Amino acid sequence: MTGDTITVPLWRAAHGRTGDKGNRANISVIAWHAALFPHISAQITDAAVARQFAHREPSCVRRYLLPQLLAMNFVLDDVLDGGVNDALNLDSHGKGLSYLLLDMPLQLPRELEPWLVGPAA
Amino acid sequence: METRILRIGCAAGFSGDRTDAAWPVVQALIAGGGPAVLIFETLAERTLALAQLALRESPQSGYEPLLAEMLRPVLADCLAHRIRIVSNFGAANPRGAARRIAELAAELGVRPPRIAIVTGDDVSGPEFRPALERGLRAGGAAVDATKSLVSANAYLGAAAIADALRAGADIVVCGRVADPALALGPALAHFGWALNDWDRLARATMAGHLLECGAQVTGGYYADPGLKDVPGLARLGYPIAEIDSDGHCTITKPAGTGGCVDEHVVKEQLLYEVHDPAAYITPDVVADLSQARVTAEGPDRVRLSGVLGHPRTDSLKVNACFASGWMAEGEISYAGARAEGRARLAAAVLRERLAGAGAMRADLIGVSSIFADDAGHWLDGLADSGARDVRLRVALRNTDRAQAERLVREVVALYTCGPAGGGGVRTSLRPTLGTQSLLLPRSLISARFELLQEQPA
Repeated sequence: MTGDTITVPLWRAAHGRTGDKGNRANISVIAWHAALFPHISAQITDAAVARQFAHREPSCVRRYLLPQLLAMNFVLDDVLDGGVNDALNLDSHGKGLSYLLLDMPLQLPRELEPWLVGPAA
Repeated sequence: METRILRIGCAAGFSGDRTDAAWPVVQALIAGGGPAVLIFETLAERTLALAQLALRESPQSGYEPLLAEMLRPVLADCLAHRIRIVSNFGAANPRGAARRIAELAAELGVRPPRIAIVTGDDVSGPEFRPALERGLRAGGAAVDATKSLVSANAYLGAAAIADALRAGADIVVCGRVADPALALGPALAHFGWALNDWDRLARATMAGHLLECGAQVTGGYYADPGLKDVPGLARLGYPIAEIDSDGHCTITKPAGTGGCVDEHVVKEQLLYEVHDPAAYITPDVVADLSQARVTAEGPDRVRLSGVLGHPRTDSLKVNACFASGWMAEGEISYAGARAEGRARLAAAVLRERLAGAGAMRADLIGVSSIFADDAGHWLDGLADSGARDVRLRVALRNTDRAQAERLVREVVALYTCGPAGGGGVRTSLRPTLGTQSLLLPRSLISARFELLQEQPA
């Protein structure tokens, strides 16, 4: 990318929510603005999310794109330490995990900064 | 063809939800005029198994314990204004729930409501056992769940609910049904769609999906102060879906309540618990969100469009719940200088004391907890952060109660044997329920409704 770029945590560019079924979590990533979506979809790939969740050892991470909703849906299999059945996690549903995904870094052209939410630092 | 809009309000998204949500929704449905239905969704995965255990203890129980509290504020108004009520609060005992509702109506001095119960979801009986075992094996179940089976219930679709409403039921009490069926059933009864009108069924199903978690679509579970501000979280208005004759819906909430319904809130709920958006499988239809659009129509009014439907599958999902052993947890707090160091030491002591009791998980609440993994990779990678207020939490599971209980005793013993300054010990030891999903052929299961004739004594 040419020109001046900034790196921000994904939560400044998108929001989302975790759902769970068994040992599988789905995490939506919804851009705050259309101008941000191409950059989010280029960088927040299934491989990148798999790395962010590496310590939870998901067996599979898939990404579904919903451009008309400015959204992506990530499905992470076997990421809940067994889920409500077997996990020892306080949060066996993994409800808090959307915030782990939203911590991922995102590079953007500086001119898109007006579309971001939240404080710069 | 019926063209009047059907309004469906949802006053509960799970068992444990607020119980004062219904009144503003019902008042809004009355003010709106026109056909209306009120739904309550109160059955998460294991709620039904817990209800089954309760039923074993006491044949009068086994339905939603807060049923009367949820209905008392609105039952008279619903009956007077012909707002039908549809819910899965029947849980493991729809008949018992129906009787309780009849009693409540008598207590309130209102006309005896026509109450229907929907049955056929319970597949724990011996006649289903071979199919259950086949389904569990096919699903790769690691444990012989049938040995310690507590409950097995199929997710029924909307047809029996629609039939019950068409037969004149004021209130339809279900056990396990697919959550969106609570809305699709009323839509089918109202609009008279064929059961293979896939696009319309899919659209009304997604209306139900938006409603089924209550306030999660009106600003609940959304707020992040300064970033995602939601007014009036303590007075959240619960959702109302306005469904048209093509199944498209607008989501709104009662005027004068807290919360907000905007495109972002609705998108979060739309994708909640969805995997492949092009194939959201329910008992009645496979819904396709790949072209779906979410559009604000005005303050607190958002329209869902572009949903398509595909033919339903040949099987029904079943949830089997089984007794799975014991889980022990213990917590102790440390504060001030080197609090984290003392908490980490306590964890190491416990790990040594509990060798052989099962894999122990340690969290440092305030430093590392819900993001971390059971095996401890996350925590192992963290250097001492110098945190000055840390709560150590440890947990383990074991099928042997005595082994699990060792954790409880060792945490308590930290009061004299552990690091300095530890306080506020809390422990728990409880039996656990596991769940396993499987598929059964649709042909094995018959959902039906029954209008209750009995009146309260």
